[in-house]
Amino acid sequence: MRTVRVIPCLDVDAGRVVKGIRFVDLFDAGDPVELAARYNAQGADELVFLDITASSDHRRTMVDVVSRTAEQVFIPFTVGGGVRSVEDARRLLRAGADKVGINTAAVERPELISEIATEFGAQCVVVAIDARRRPAPDGDGEGVAWEVFTHGGRTSTGMDAVHWAERCATIGAGEILLTSMDRDGTRDGFDLALTRRVSDSCPVPLIASGGVGELDHLVAGAVEGAADAVLAASIFHLGEFTVGEAKDHLAAAGVAVRPA
Amino acid sequence: MIAVLDYGIGNLRSAEKALQHVGSDARLVSDPARVADAEGVVLPGVGSFGPCARALRDSGLASAALDAIARGTPFLGICIGFQLLYEGSEEDPDQPGLGVLPGMVRALPRGVKHPQMQWNVLDRVAGHESGLLAGTPDPAWVYFVHSFAPEMTSDTTSTCDYGGPITASAERGPLWGTQFHPEKSGSVGLGILGNFAREVAGTRPGVSARPVTGRPAPPGTGS
Repeated sequence: MRTVRVIPCLDVDAGRVVKGIRFVDLFDAGDPVELAARYNAQGADELVFLDITASSDHRRTMVDVVSRTAEQVFIPFTVGGGVRSVEDARRLLRAGADKVGINTAAVERPELISEIATEFGAQCVVVAIDARRRPAPDGDGEGVAWEVFTHGGRTSTGMDAVHWAERCATIGAGEILLTSMDRDGTRDGFDLALTRRVSDSCPVPLIASGGVGELDHLVAGAVEGAADAVLAASIFHLGEFTVGEAKDHLAAAGVAVRPA
Repeated sequence: MIAVLDYGIGNLRSAEKALQHVGSDARLVSDPARVADAEGVVLPGVGSFGPCARALRDSGLASAALDAIARGTPFLGICIGFQLLYEGSEEDPDQPGLGVLPGMVRALPRGVKHPQMQWNVLDRVAGHESGLLAGTPDPAWVYFVHSFAPEMTSDTTSTCDYGGPITASAERGPLWGTQFHPEKSGSVGLGILGNFAREVAGTRPGVSARPVTGRPAPPGTGS
């Protein structure tokens, strides 16, 4: 049985959960450990922490957040942001993370994916991909393509996101966390075409991210987008919906989920 | 004391912390000599079979684990630590397992994504008493991350459906194993770890002890 995971995402800046629109305009959404415990109690299947500034000071703060979360939350959680080496990954895994997310460093040096997978196993390597729509190159019948951006969405790479996801899986990624920059924070729903393309071409599980504003968006991500997991932030942080309500909605739409 | 075998593989803290959360005196143990003092032993493992098998042997903890199993010490293998109890794995055919449970570890069926990285429901094997799963709710949802699983044998106590039935847990006397991660399976998983903690607490040191002579025969009844 294939069951779809519901994953609240906690963007952490200087030890606080924040949320922005199209990667900017941040507001404070609370204490990460408190939110982690709340979402666990609501039936979250996993949690993702992203250290969105990841300066060296903040990295120490993040290790503390990870360690305190691991004391009281017994579901899987991923930590990303600023992971640039096997040692960075080791620090987070030893603090209690189950998986590490890598983004910019994986683009700059793809061998890092293999290095972490060799050291700790592919199951703990989540490659996060931030993708933005662009006009398709000649020959693409669907008229659209997506480009990979790094450095929190500030730096264009010229790389095709669908091909990059496939390559990541080949060299050791255990999972792909795919964020549509066009949709992030807009509440307009996932970029379903992007999600579908990556899910169909990439052999490892796919987490869809970016744009969830209502519960039907989660259903669309799982069904039309064929995502293995759906990630959302603001709908949960703002208290509009609980994780349990999200799962009830998915189940009512015929998507198999672990009941909350 | 429950010894969580620390042979340098991945995140062992979560198993230790979850066992402590259910009231056990769980400690990471890397010194083989200290395993003999343990009333219970947990063998975690993540990554792939070959590196785990090698690391376990190189650390000296493989023989300590075999000795503990031979003494009848309650023993719980988790994920790759569960797979290591079998004879070997298709994943790394050159690396033998501990061989205390008969059977081989096989790749998951074709036609489904590898790894299985999700929550799934346990299907209990009818007619098989299970101390491990005692008191778990029905349905019991637990978290899996794996591309391989032990083949189904007479030791199998539960399966999950992932492109077909897959071994989820096995038990042979005090030797237990789970392909899923009880330490990451929320309240259901904590309940399962609580069952193991009670199994350990019910074992009075010395009662089941017997001299160790080399490689042990599989505990419990033969198959």
